[in-house]
Amino acid sequence: MTDTQQAAPTTVSDAADFFTLGAPIADTKAPADASVPTRWEERKAHAKLVNPANRRKIKVIIVGTGLAGAAAGATLGEAGYQVESFCYQDSPRRAHSIAAQGGINAAKNYRNDGDSVYRLFYDTVKGGDFRSRESNSYRLAEVSASIIDQCVAQGVPFAREYGGLLDNRSFGGVQVSRTFYARGQTGQQLLIGAYQALERQVAAGTVTTHTRHEMLELITTEDADGVTSAKGIIVRDMVTGEIETHLGDAVVLATGGYGNVYFLSTNAMGSNVTAAWRAHRKGAYMGNPCYTQIHPTCIPVSGENQSKLTLMSESLRNDGRIWVPKKKEDCAKDPREIPEEDRDYYLERIYPAFGNLVPRDIASRQAKYMCDDGRGVGPEVDGVRRGVYLDFADIIARVGRDAVEAKYGNLFDMYAQITAENPYEVPMRVYPAVHYVMGGLWVDYDLESNVKGLFVAGEANFSDQGANRLGASALMQGLADGYFVLPYTIANYLADSHERIDESHPAVVEAKKSVEERINHFLTTNGTRSVDSYHKALGHLMWEYCGMERTKEGLTLAIEKIRELKADFWKNVKVLGTNESLNQSLERAGRVADFFELGELMCIDALNRRESCGGHFRAESQTPDGEAERIDSEFAYVAAWEWGGEDGHSPVLHQEALSYEAIEMKARSYK
Amino acid sequence: MAVTGLVFIGYVLLHMYGNLKVFAGQDAFDEYAHHLRTFGEPMLPYGGLLWVVRAVLLLSIIGHAYAAFTLWARANKARTQKYAVKKAVAATLSSKMMRWGGVTLLLFVIFHLLHFTTRTINVNGDKDSPYDRVVSSFQPEMWWVAVIYLLAMCALAMHLRHGVWSACQTLGLTNTAKSRARANSAGVFLAVVIAGGFALVPLSILFGIVD
Amino acid sequence: MKITLNIWRQPNPTSNGAMQKYDLDGVSEDMSFLEMLDLLNENLNEQGEDPVAFDSDCREGICGTCSLMINGVAHGPEVTTTCQLHMRSFKDGDTITVEPWRADPFPVLKDLIVDRSAFDRIIQSGGYISVNTGSAPEANNLPVEKAKADRAFDMATCIGCGACVAACPNGSASLFLGAKITHLGELPQGQPERDIRVVDMVAQHDHEGFGGCTNIGECSAACPKEIPLDVISQLNKDLRTAMMHGH
Repeated sequence: MTDTQQAAPTTVSDAADFFTLGAPIADTKAPADASVPTRWEERKAHAKLVNPANRRKIKVIIVGTGLAGAAAGATLGEAGYQVESFCYQDSPRRAHSIAAQGGINAAKNYRNDGDSVYRLFYDTVKGGDFRSRESNSYRLAEVSASIIDQCVAQGVPFAREYGGLLDNRSFGGVQVSRTFYARGQTGQQLLIGAYQALERQVAAGTVTTHTRHEMLELITTEDADGVTSAKGIIVRDMVTGEIETHLGDAVVLATGGYGNVYFLSTNAMGSNVTAAWRAHRKGAYMGNPCYTQIHPTCIPVSGENQSKLTLMSESLRNDGRIWVPKKKEDCAKDPREIPEEDRDYYLERIYPAFGNLVPRDIASRQAKYMCDDGRGVGPEVDGVRRGVYLDFADIIARVGRDAVEAKYGNLFDMYAQITAENPYEVPMRVYPAVHYVMGGLWVDYDLESNVKGLFVAGEANFSDQGANRLGASALMQGLADGYFVLPYTIANYLADSHERIDESHPAVVEAKKSVEERINHFLTTNGTRSVDSYHKALGHLMWEYCGMERTKEGLTLAIEKIRELKADFWKNVKVLGTNESLNQSLERAGRVADFFELGELMCIDALNRRESCGGHFRAESQTPDGEAERIDSEFAYVAAWEWGGEDGHSPVLHQEALSYEAIEMKARSYK
Repeated sequence: MAVTGLVFIGYVLLHMYGNLKVFAGQDAFDEYAHHLRTFGEPMLPYGGLLWVVRAVLLLSIIGHAYAAFTLWARANKARTQKYAVKKAVAATLSSKMMRWGGVTLLLFVIFHLLHFTTRTINVNGDKDSPYDRVVSSFQPEMWWVAVIYLLAMCALAMHLRHGVWSACQTLGLTNTAKSRARANSAGVFLAVVIAGGFALVPLSILFGIVD
Repeated sequence: MKITLNIWRQPNPTSNGAMQKYDLDGVSEDMSFLEMLDLLNENLNEQGEDPVAFDSDCREGICGTCSLMINGVAHGPEVTTTCQLHMRSFKDGDTITVEPWRADPFPVLKDLIVDRSAFDRIIQSGGYISVNTGSAPEANNLPVEKAKADRAFDMATCIGCGACVAACPNGSASLFLGAKITHLGELPQGQPERDIRVVDMVAQHDHEGFGGCTNIGECSAACPKEIPLDVISQLNKDLRTAMMHGH
């Protein structure tokens, strides 16, 4: 039983000054009396159903059209619900799921290499450093096989073998080949499949899409018992500026991750936290916001004006060797002129067993240490060279250029296009970048947040990945939630009758007014600094203090600086133009305003979690030889944060204790 | 567009073949011209086949022009606001000349019919023998007639060069890179053979090879 | 480097636009083209002038949002998306003309941003395989010849950016249409709806006001994903087959 346990903090939290401790919470939806492997069957067997004739009278609002949002929209549309789908992009097909390269895991065991639902579940929980909810992670592995069936039937052109059957590859250091892929564009192909299914429902009349619409507020009501329920959303038509109200019987947020709080990330320019954050401010808890995945092999920053970072697939580490010069004075040299004995293949040196294939967080952190030590390579940005070499000279010498080209050609081309350097001749330069967030809105087993009727799917929720995500599991989670989980669990909610409100309801009027006031504030501040300059400054703070390595001093300082910057932002931001037109500065202003509040909470969460786990590394919590030290006795819980109120009110921490029945908790070791 | 285009390709091939009879001498040429009119007798009346061919060609030209103007109109409607700067990256000169080149060819065909078929335009004395009419028309002192015909053949070559390839695309025959390359070569080949074959006659007369 | 920009400015969908000239200093050749525009916008914002509105999202060449006509070529001088174009493709002192995609079915919303929802409506008209969630058979029950799967994939790499329409002298979306027809038509799963799909999608394409294809080939040359002209031939073939089947 998970709902009675709670890890008791034995020491005072580093963040004690910044939050108050609330009552513990628990997931009450997973059938606790069933064993972990049978929970989903049990849940489905007892979930309430909605009569097909009634479905067309029920309206479901879905925000976001990535894998989770499009899949949920299509599936609920097929079931006969009225679906209202929203995205800020100009087409549902452009959601950022499209940029995922590597692949999608599924426990099909087509390779007969010993894979199974249990093993995928095990890898997910272990990869997540024992900070995910066991029931959710198991279900993810369980439905993974159906995802592949569904996508193949839709016409997703996965890679195949000559016999015509689906091909698999091994990914992210696991011991089985369970990753399905479509060259380096798996995310694109899966999203197009979901998008087409969604558009099919648009044609069928069950789904209405609202593109270039951005959700700016959640409409909630509170009943006599103090239970908050989601009733709809306020959106802005990004072309006309019209503020619209959309009411529904349930609201699904499938709005992706918030990596753009760091300004530079592999996220899309428009990716933002606003929808999730507005829900958070209306009462939804934010789970583990500090869990960020930093990917070790991105193309380094080349200049002050850089707007975006580009990932180079993890697969490159299978054959490339990572190194930096041993001597600082060599850093500006042509790498080909640095003799072998002056090179430090630091991952191979520190981790002889795993070498260059250590997990993402370790590879990232070590790259940072090398650069902090003054041994980084590439152009100086702000006085520091931030890059390490990823060298293919050995593999090219061993198997020949053609073989390397066949395997990595498109990645090498992409690198050459961006950097104007030829990676066949000169070693690539890579540096870590923010890639994915495991944190997100807290949800129970039904993917319902603590706000009734508010469901959260995909990267936007916190649930399945723990403190670190396995490679090729993001796509799996998005589609699992959208195709195979939400349609069951949301029906269970919709089967009961819920009070409906109309546009004259005070909650609607209030929500709309607050949106208008906020917009008006930005347009009338007439300050001197652009939105982007604030965003860059915030991103810099987050990256410096809440990035790959976090310390008490750094996080405390960051909270203070973020608060100062935020106060200045509200007084001094310059947004030109009007609301009644397409106004990109205005759109960004709203997003950055929410990033400030999120950034602060991320730092508080990171400060409170005085342990190192997965993507979260606290310098104070390491083993004598410098490895991450997880502290299960104190931190085996999900930190679910409740919005405390405007400035001066601390957020409230609710802990959901994590216990493991099917897997024994173990420390990670890669030495 | 493609189907009617193919009709024209078939026709101009035969027409060119007939024209080359000039090199076999006056008798052969005139006999050929006469034979075209008696072809199919007695089932068909004198000149019957010719009228059938003319009817098919007329219908084809109506269809071809109608399709062309429809496409033209659709293109204009699809982009009412033009680019300030627009560069062609892949377009061949031939493809860019299809519309005005087509109009040019239409005007030329009218001229050509008035010249040789109805004999309304009489450039160098009307002759009963088709051979004489041809030879007299392209005499050096009437160089401008030859120039008109040679320019028209340039237009025809370009029209064929893109038209053959385009017809293959439209008929769905070019679904691979290889077949596309073949269709392109076929366009160039037919353009050179047909327009070149036609051009031989006025050129030969102009330079006194045929008289 | 220092460059001069000639940019289409249009405040809203109904107003008349015009080209406007801007001088921009401090451009580095490592900047992407869009980062150069970011810099321009930062300057404009400082001067109190409305920044130039342009579309971009993933900035890694896959979402298909960015859409600029640069010096008369869709996505500019390299075969890639606008976001992957870098300023090293230009020289100090260059004048660069930047315009939105021009096609009536892609009306301008503001400055360089156009509305491409016509593409969504084309997909709605048949660009899918009808399979409800949960009804799919086991994936490996249906082997697909590798060559066909690979071809389907190549055509499915279309990012729906609209460069084909922008580049086409006829304003036709045949490459976009053909890519989807070929992707789905190549796979066994796509066969049951193959005829009706092509007929409906072509009808919707024409209804949206796109021009007809005259096989000039500008579309494929502009395509950042290098979708070949084969797909247009395939589209025509499928359409002919469907018509022969009585559609």
